[in-house]
Amino acid sequence: MADTSPLNAQRPRRLRQTSLMMEVGIVIVIALLILFVVPLLLTAFGQEFRINMLGRFMALAIVALGIDLIWGYTGMLSLGHGVFFSLGGYAFAMFLQLQLPEGELPEFFTLYGVTELPFFWQPFHSLPFALAALILIPALVAALLGYLVFRNRIRGVYFSILTQASLIVFFHFFNSQQELINGTNGLKTDTAKIFDVYAGSDQAQSVFYTLTVVGLVLAYGLCRWLTSGRLGKLLIAIRDDESRVRFSGYNPTGYKVLVFAVSAGLAGIAGALYTVQSGIISPKTMDIAFSIEMVIWVAVGGRASLVGAVLGALTVNFAKSILSEQFPEIWLFFQGALFLIVVTVLPGGFVGWLRTQGQDLFRSLIGRRRRLMTYPRLAEDPEVEYERQNLRN
Amino acid sequence: MLTSLFNSFFDGISIGSVLLLSALGLAVVFGLMGVINMAHGELMMLGAYTTFVVQNAFKPLGQPWFGAYIFVALIAAFLVTALLGLVLEKGVIRHLYGRPLETLLATWGVSLILQQFVRSVSWVMMLGLVVFCGFFFGAMTLLSRRSHFQRIRGWAITMLLPLSAGIAWAASSTLGQKYQLAVTKPWFGAQNVDVTAPGWLRGGIRLLGAYQMPYVRLFILSLTIICILGMYVFLQRSVWGLRIRAVTQNRSMSACLGIPTQRVDALTFALGSGLAGIAGCAVSLLGSVGPNTGQNYIVDTFMVVVVGGVGKLVGSIAAAMAIGIANYLIGANALSPLVAWFPPLANLLEFFANSSMAKVLVFALIVTFLQFRPAGMFPQKGRTVDA
Repeated sequence: MADTSPLNAQRPRRLRQTSLMMEVGIVIVIALLILFVVPLLLTAFGQEFRINMLGRFMALAIVALGIDLIWGYTGMLSLGHGVFFSLGGYAFAMFLQLQLPEGELPEFFTLYGVTELPFFWQPFHSLPFALAALILIPALVAALLGYLVFRNRIRGVYFSILTQASLIVFFHFFNSQQELINGTNGLKTDTAKIFDVYAGSDQAQSVFYTLTVVGLVLAYGLCRWLTSGRLGKLLIAIRDDESRVRFSGYNPTGYKVLVFAVSAGLAGIAGALYTVQSGIISPKTMDIAFSIEMVIWVAVGGRASLVGAVLGALTVNFAKSILSEQFPEIWLFFQGALFLIVVTVLPGGFVGWLRTQGQDLFRSLIGRRRRLMTYPRLAEDPEVEYERQNLRN
Repeated sequence: MLTSLFNSFFDGISIGSVLLLSALGLAVVFGLMGVINMAHGELMMLGAYTTFVVQNAFKPLGQPWFGAYIFVALIAAFLVTALLGLVLEKGVIRHLYGRPLETLLATWGVSLILQQFVRSVSWVMMLGLVVFCGFFFGAMTLLSRRSHFQRIRGWAITMLLPLSAGIAWAASSTLGQKYQLAVTKPWFGAQNVDVTAPGWLRGGIRLLGAYQMPYVRLFILSLTIICILGMYVFLQRSVWGLRIRAVTQNRSMSACLGIPTQRVDALTFALGSGLAGIAGCAVSLLGSVGPNTGQNYIVDTFMVVVVGGVGKLVGSIAAAMAIGIANYLIGANALSPLVAWFPPLANLLEFFANSSMAKVLVFALIVTFLQFRPAGMFPQKGRTVDA
């Protein structure tokens, strides 16, 4: 659970350490379950294709973690994470495309009459460079954009619109440059060879699945570490009242740039993992709709809760794939309604609901009094309750 | 060379006028409520579809009348989208004040629903919707007269929602089985529809040399000018305009002075949506319209709002014209003759010389511009810390 409640800070050190150990244990157990038990179960039920689906959705959960970091904790709504996702995907796909005999070019180049490898493809021959690039390129792009935007104290809706515009810009760039990166068609990865194995083969796919689980656990750990310490408190402070943070002598710009870059790096990793498991990366991942969908995963699961982000990404995506298999027309209605409901009725998402109303409901079901934030006379007075609900602010 | 520059300048203005027309409603709403309406593009799309419906209704009337359909369509588009905007404000946006990012997501949800609605709307679906609304809201109105309505409200909603949905579903499915395809066939379907411009808008007038200015573009330009003038007169001369300006400047102070801010919000939102409908009507003259038409316009219109700054019409005008002209000058490579003496720059411009890459360069220019004027061209002056 995220460290949002003030009670956590006052707990004795030993207790905190025990709960931390518990959390690490739970995460490892869940990871092992997903690694070894879930594929067996799905195969037993004859749903093998869902394993690949689960792998892809776990990659998307990594993006959701990044979005939670900047939106749930820091209050910056990015509508352009598709850019970072795709940059990571393209970086790794370029490496895979270059796994050819010496002197040969990827196939699509010959279609457009390109005889020499463009200069920015050259370094992608090496695996270490590609691995570094799929994290660093998105992070650097985000840092640059973030610095230029945050430096001028542009925030809120303006920031969202600018990220969306940058998404469109990158989409147009990738979509129109056929001689450089195959334009609309994108780069295929499943026919490429990595370590003498086809990337689309079962063997490679199971490796990618394992990598995704490990990546998700590591990303969760990173986000957990970032949000639990002093930095996490500062991020929440920036979300709640940025001017006040500024007046207290901090400069939020640096922190915002940092957390935006971290989030973009996570999106880059997720993009690479998603690409190898779906077999292609194309400018479609820079669609406006896809980037906003990423936000709704976090919103459904619960903002400012890392578990919520992961759960939200998995649930919404599985719901999407199942619903659009059954009734392709309904899905858009359903998605639109999801946006409306989450925003109006469930602002804290599922985990947020569990933490507040859900607990109260459960306690009242088993016949206990509900938890009180203040004195019983104040909290249970119907008039006070009425005022709180109807006279907000 | 000068004529070609002049011509592309004129083309830029005509693109800018479409941008301005579509951004106008958005800018007014954003200035007043700080809310970005992601469904603005879809409201435009609805305006375009209204035009299509009106055109089809006028087709049997024959030639002299058919030419006038566009004026009826303009009014109809305005009314339809304004009404929808009003519903949207009362139903969704009103509950999200002070949370602009959530509003953005909610309106995105609305835009998805509208897109799919246009694709799959049919008589059966319309009937189901009407029956559902009739039962649900009728029952709620009846119940709200009871004195203990507040206490039973939650239960009433949980009981009535599935009940009226069930009735509506049953009614529409029996109807669908009885009359089959006649009522279940979608009105528009997923394909694009075409609006034919009336005869007197075809062709164009010759300006300098071989350049032709199509009448449609001129029509849109004059429509934009009329809308701007209308908005200006409304905001500056009418009582409600005064109120809108007051709330834009300082919401809480206006509320203290007795201005009904909620009604101002509802009115402004309806007005902004209506302007989107007019813009949609104009856009439908330029090419075929589909459920995704709105998506093509939203980002550009948002950029107009960001660059122009909020609260002043002149900001939107200047920003729309600047973006339109910049897009065209770069996209048509009109500047390269001017910089031919400096090959690297000319090569760079050559690289950006198509409509996709022009957007890339224009965005870079916008971000650069925001480094110097973060609040846009004509920012709202005031002493607040939080903009």
